[in-house]
Amino acid sequence: MRYRIVAGSNVPIFRQIADQIGRAVATGDLKIGDSVPSVRQLARDLVINPNTVAKAYSDLVASGVLENQPGRGYFINKRRQVFTKTERLRRLDETIDLLISQSVALDFSASEVLDRVKELFTQKLSVAPE
Amino acid sequence: MSKLAIEAKNLTRYFGTKPVVQQVNFTIPVGSVVGLLGLNGAGKSTIIKMLMGMLEPTRGSCSLLGVESTSLGPNERSRIGYTIEGHFLYSGMTVRAAETLQADCFPKWDSLLFQTTLQRFGISPHERIRNLSRGQRAGISIALTLSSQPELLILDDPSLGLDPVSRRALNETILSFMEPGDRTVLLSSHMLDDIERVTDRVMIMTEGRIVVDSSLPHFVSRLSVWTCECSEPLDRVQIARLVSRRQVGRNASFVIVDADEMTQQELHRLGGNTVRQEESTFDEGVMAYMSRNRSAASLMSI
Repeated sequence: MRYRIVAGSNVPIFRQIADQIGRAVATGDLKIGDSVPSVRQLARDLVINPNTVAKAYSDLVASGVLENQPGRGYFINKRRQVFTKTERLRRLDETIDLLISQSVALDFSASEVLDRVKELFTQKLSVAPE
Repeated sequence: MSKLAIEAKNLTRYFGTKPVVQQVNFTIPVGSVVGLLGLNGAGKSTIIKMLMGMLEPTRGSCSLLGVESTSLGPNERSRIGYTIEGHFLYSGMTVRAAETLQADCFPKWDSLLFQTTLQRFGISPHERIRNLSRGQRAGISIALTLSSQPELLILDDPSLGLDPVSRRALNETILSFMEPGDRTVLLSSHMLDDIERVTDRVMIMTEGRIVVDSSLPHFVSRLSVWTCECSEPLDRVQIARLVSRRQVGRNASFVIVDADEMTQQELHRLGGNTVRQEESTFDEGVMAYMSRNRSAASLMSI
């Protein structure tokens, strides 16, 4: 997978990295047990401070997405869910907020959007093995 | 306890009766990349000149690698790299000749590192310096500085006037310099994108004082941007921990540090249900502290 970041965004660089890994896990691009680049390698590839990558990884470890195996590196973790229901809802609502404003701007009705969401959900999940 | 690469204690400098640097205190441990930000005239270069021992403090003191800046000897100086924009280079010389001249003064000269750095900036060693672009000249300055293998690198606005490709090369060079882990960089720059990418800590100066000294992720996460329709004149608005205020169209926009429930209540009183809260970007945070509409915000520290 290819990592990309932009400076000057309203999403801090460490969170851009964490989001990309989170998304790749959700879509199945990264599977349980897959490794991610070492802190040093990713910092070099993206031309950023290694502490920024380390911060992204330690946040992902804290949220249960990554597992740190000392001496071996970071791997996608089996245990997926460490957030409380409230936190999961909050995160979901953030994304839905964006979806709603885009939908209104592009003139889609709620039911059109729902149908589309269902359609894409099935598509993505049939690709992504559990 | 980590060793200190740089230390400033009560550092103060007047030019005539004008205070340019006022009671500045900070320590930078070995292994950090620190970005020094501030408007022109904020005092960044004056601090750097005092650190380098090129200017005496009016009061207070500073030291590099544990040695008082005013008494840095040749031995310490060979462990410190210093680059300024417009670094003096003999324009008639070839790049190779400039290297030979410099290498003779440094016992630990790393010729391979010099070549690698040249390659990053796309410079041929046979080129005459006068034929090089501004970005390439900056590349030579930094290659000359780094190849003496300093432990501490002080860069005063190295990216001024550089094209994006040279800026990327400069960022790569700084980061690879840091890789051994026992080195330190102090980088003064106006390029916020570069600072966000390369550093792990920022210090922001306004009017001779350091108003922010914080780790990078911490800096952004403590700030939030609030907007609302506000009937009161902006300059009369009082909010706790307000950093800066700005009029954006019909809305008032406030940057606040460590917002809490009180903030929410205060803003609700001002703007009712038009109040919106967003996260701050790095740029917005820096601008807020540098802006002239800055309020008497609480000083921020790590």
